Amino acid sequence: MSSNVESLYQEIILDHYKHPRGSGALAGASGESHQVNPTCGDEVTVGVDLDESGHVHVGYEGQGCSISQASASVMSELVEGATLADMAKAERAFVELMHSKGNAEPDEEVLGDGVAFVGVAKYPARIKCALLPWMALQDARLKAGIEIDKAEG
Amino acid sequence: MAARLDVPRIRKDFPILARTVRDDRPLVYLDSAATSQKPTAVLDAERAFYETSNAAVHRGAHQLAEEATDAYEDARSAIAGFVGARSEDIVFTKNATEGLNLAAYAFSNGTDKSRQGHSIDPRFVVGPGDSIVVTEMEHHANLIPWQELCAKTGAELRWIGVDDDGRLRREDFGLIDATTKAVSVVHQSNILGTLNPVEEIMAQARSVGAVGIVDACQSIPHMSVDVVDLGADLVAWSGHKMLGPTGIGLLWGRTEILEAMPPFLTGGSMIETVFMESSTFAPPPQKFEAGVPMVAQAVGLGAAVRYLEDVGMASIADHEHELTGYALAQLSQLPGVRIIGPTDNVDRGSAISFVVDGLHPHDVGQVLDDRGVAVRVGHHCAWPTCRRFAVPATTRLSTYLYNDTTDIDAAVEGIVAAQEFFGVA
Ligand SMILES: Cc1ncc(COP(=O)(O)O)c(C=O)c1O
Repeated sequence: MSSNVESLYQEIILDHYKHPRGSGALAGASGESHQVNPTCGDEVTVGVDLDESGHVHVGYEGQGCSISQASASVMSELVEGATLADMAKAERAFVELMHSKGNAEPDEEVLGDGVAFVGVAKYPARIKCALLPWMALQDARLKAGIEIDKAEG
Repeated sequence: MAARLDVPRIRKDFPILARTVRDDRPLVYLDSAATSQKPTAVLDAERAFYETSNAAVHRGAHQLAEEATDAYEDARSAIAGFVGARSEDIVFTKNATEGLNLAAYAFSNGTDKSRQGHSIDPRFVVGPGDSIVVTEMEHHANLIPWQELCAKTGAELRWIGVDDDGRLRREDFGLIDATTKAVSVVHQSNILGTLNPVEEIMAQARSVGAVGIVDACQSIPHMSVDVVDLGADLVAWSGHKMLGPTGIGLLWGRTEILEAMPPFLTGGSMIETVFMESSTFAPPPQKFEAGVPMVAQAVGLGAAVRYLEDVGMASIADHEHELTGYALAQLSQLPGVRIIGPTDNVDRGSAISFVVDGLHPHDVGQVLDDRGVAVRVGHHCAWPTCRRFAVPATTRLSTYLYNDTTDIDAAVEGIVAAQEFFGVA
């Protein structure tokens, strides 16, 4: 395996793929979004809710490649129970990382295991896979009326 | 048996096959069902055209315009000869997708115009109570245009199902009945590799008075096909899958059908007389070639068919049949690998789809790519076919005249490497 492909499939990604965190639909989600990647058929459904104390809750279900599934798992780890501001930060940082062409030095404080996706940004065809759950999250929270622009961050 | 192919010699004609990819790995190109590579003869022909005879065809009174028109029409004759057709019955399109849309739009335009009182051949007028028949293994290019036609006209879309072996369900052929106005079927599936009995299906279409259409994208590049013998009214295919340039496709039609069909794209070059109120159209094939056509691509495609004829289509078909048998045998031996499509090397082409237990096709493709092996992953523009086999996607390898068993071996080694890497072996 070349070093590039090893940086694409970092241990952390494979681990999230094989042992997804927080998977399953969110009961009573106030917003839900189903996203597909029409080029490869990957699918993910993300449900989201904001509780009274201002914390976000997410659930997801899906099928797809290791990158899209691991990304959903990491997203859930970052967003579940986070404040609106922290979710906003993570969302922006992840999207930015995916557009970095693999040259970024992501902030582990903000992205947690998401930093492992830095190698994905070198493979244009896989960026969509990694972004799929985040796109679903964005759409789901818009449907739920959760606006992150109002959150400081 | 036709003469055996000299693959090492053939490979020398394709400069791209000598390049390396991903950290200096030799390229193993197993994605010819998506698009084929191009031999130098094709590139040279296009370049020579631009260097010596470039002009707009069928217009202009100067020498270059004459030469360009000759080059364009010579290409049409070469292609016609290649598929056993008359030149006048060959229409240049952008690709097969455009050819299939041209066919579907003949019905929707015909229906619209007939509602406005124009005199239209009744075969091209459809409405509620009529049906259109396709199959469950169509490329989206031969599905969506017909779905749209049905949505616009109220006709019913029917499809011939696919069995577990990836063959058409013969018991569904009866869906073609007195209500049927069009039957459009893929000759060789790009995802399953199945070679369909289109002659039989077209005969049935004819017997009920329906227009018969064949999508020959995956057959004409790989075997000798006489379009007239298929018994269809229209046959569409692409140039870029048969060593030709991108941006050019073909639609063959029976003379009488092309004359009866309403045009698709309209504008310059396709007219006979034009008045402010209305116009009349040129005879086919010009009726279907609006605007300045893709002359250099036609010339390139002409060179491609001459190249294929020199090598010999029978030899190519034999070679690929042998390679397919080899690939099927190798893949069947791999634990955890399941072929989606016919597993016997009978009535099938060289496109082989498979899934690997515990591995998503994208990940299989990525590991193969890392080893220099180019395959296609995804639903191959045949999403309903994937659904039929309850798989989200497949990995597909497909060959052509420049591949040999070492390419298959490289793919097989890559699959095993992917299984090991992801710990599913
Ligand atoms: C069976 C089949 N039909 C139609 C098409 C569409 O061809 P094009 O994209 O060249 O229009 C393809 C190409 O992928 C194909 O394999």
